[in-house]
Parts: sequence; C-alpha cells; structure tokens
Amino acid sequence: MLDLIQKMLGKEAAGSKQIAKERLRLVLVHDRVNVSPQFMEILKEDMIKVISNYMEINEREMEVNLTQTESSVALVASIPVNRMKRGGSSIE
Amino acid sequence: MGEVIVVTSGKGGVGKTTTTANLGTGFALMGKKVVLVDADIGLRNLDVVMGLENRIVYDLVDVTDGNCRLKQALIRDKRYETLYLLPAAQTRDKNAVNPEQMKQLCTELAEEFDYVLIDCPAGIEQGFKNAIAGADRAVIVTTPEVSAVRDADRIIGLLEAEGKHNPKLIVNRIRPAMVRKGDMMDIDDIIEILAVDLLGIIPEDEYIVISTNRGEPAIVNPASSASLAYKNIVRRLNGENVPLMSFEVNGGIMSKLKRFLGFGEG
Repeated sequence: MLDLIQKMLGKEAAGSKQIAKERLRLVLVHDRVNVSPQFMEILKEDMIKVISNYMEINEREMEVNLTQTESSVALVASIPVNRMKRGGSSIE
Repeated sequence: MGEVIVVTSGKGGVGKTTTTANLGTGFALMGKKVVLVDADIGLRNLDVVMGLENRIVYDLVDVTDGNCRLKQALIRDKRYETLYLLPAAQTRDKNAVNPEQMKQLCTELAEEFDYVLIDCPAGIEQGFKNAIAGADRAVIVTTPEVSAVRDADRIIGLLEAEGKHNPKLIVNRIRPAMVRKGDMMDIDDIIEILAVDLLGIIPEDEYIVISTNRGEPAIVNPASSASLAYKNIVRRLNGENVPLMSFEVNGGIMSKLKRFLGFGEG
C-alpha cells in the first residue's frame, strides 16, 4: 500500500539516482586512492602521535598503505609494537 | 585590480563556454568592465557563442608571441559597452602558450578590467594548466551525471595541487522533474560527494540552443529560465548574498509536500 502511494507520488522504490550515487562513490574512492606521498606521510605522522599515547612503536618499520580490490579500498597498517604503556588495562 | 576567474570542468560538453559567455554578459549588464578569455587554443568557440566570430583580427597567441599589442586583440562587444573578448588562436595548439605567459596576460588584463573570465578547455593537460595559471578563483561546471561529477572531482584535486583552493560549483542542466522522480542526482547528492561550495544551479533550458544559434547569450532574455539563474550567479560572484531560487532547492514544492507527508527523500 505504502509502495503504491510512493509510486503515485513519483518516488520509485529505488530511482536510478541511487545507482548513480553508489557507482560514483565507488569510482571516486578508487580515483582518490592515488594520493600524494606527502598525504600518506602526514597521515602516518598523525597516527604515530595518537598511538604513542598508548604504546611505544617502531616508527621506522611502520608501514601504512592503501590497498585496493575491485570492490573496495582499505587502509592497511603494520605497526610493530615495542612496549605497551602502563595503564592500558585500567578503567578510568 | 580586477579578479581573474577560470571556468573549468574536466569533462567536455557540460557548458563551460555557455557559462562563461552568460556570466561575462551578466557582469557587463551590471556595468562591470569584463573581458572573456578563450583559452581553448585550437578549438575556439567562445567567439561564436558570443556572436563575435566575424570581428576577430588578432588572437591570444598573437599577443603572447608579440605579434600585436594586447589592446589590438581585444574585441569590444558593441551590444554591451563594457564587455570584451580575447579570442583563442584557431590554427595553433595548446603548446603555443605556457602557464608563465598566461599568468602575465592575466595580470595585465586584471589591471584594466573588473573581471577576467577564462574559458578553460576540457581535459587536464597543457590547456588546463595554461587556463588556471593566472586565476585567482575557480568555478567548476558540472552536470548531474556520473561522468561529469567524477571529472569535477579530479579537477578539484588538481586545482588543490596547484594551490587554487575553495573552487565554487555550478550544477548545470538540472531537470527538476527527473530529480523529483529520483532519476537524477540532486544538488545535495552532488555537493556531499564533491565537498565544495555551491555557487548556483542552472536548469536545463531549450532556449540555450536558440541563443547559441543566434550568438546572443541567454542571460539577456528574461523568458529564458536559465537567465535568472545566471544573473544570480553573477551577483554571488560579485559578493552579494543571493538565496537559491525555488527550483534551485531540491525537488521544489512537491518534495516539500512529500516530506511533510513522510515520504520524502529527506
């Protein structure tokens, strides 16, 4: 019933704009993956800053990369941990 | 010191030249001194859209090559006193000019004019780099299609890389009826995806074809639905705060009604 009313009001269950938006979103994720090395460097530095609040990490061997498959893009980070900081297990 | 604005898009055929012609004419109607620069060397078109193709003697490359003085190459539009055109060369290619020369040219023009509008060629190669080199601001034209929005995104990235921040977006050829049916991306969708500021929306308007046939920008015809939209954009570029027109708001009254009834797209 609701479906029928929506159709009468001109709103299809899924107009083709939804398809356009979804395709565009995906294509832009892939297009934007080709970011500059500086961009990745800044991201890495920010990550180090945050993580260092919780643990000591080996910054030299840390790796941060964007990897892509056909349907998705993922940020993959490999961060060797040297030492955990005390207080990680306590509840504040 | 005037302002240099480049009209760009990435994709071809979205309405850069038509937009440049109409905005330029709009500034002239306001009494501003404005020059339109056709940076599409080898594929010039701004001259025919403006109806000035028969008055070309010298072109942009003649100026940068030193074959003539800048003033000699400027064509004054007799219909609007403060409107000028600097045509592109038709028999040369994009490499006939370099970004440094374009910067120099823009600086000179900005000393004379309130607004310098540059019609950028499609693509992201040399012609694009030349066209944006001397620009203070960028206006990006797109249409509500996947291909055009994708290219606009690329252009925004490239402008950013060249230190041209905060480009403003014009969404051209919106068809309100299709937006209402959910068969065309609406303004909110596009703005959300591109994350840029909206400068204005131009409805699809058959009169654009007629005006291009005649060589007379549609903005001067009050019967054209695109005319008011262009006028609003000109005023916004001139620093005025002009609210979006009713058709510029998503979906118009029907979608408001639907939202009220609880069926809206939100």
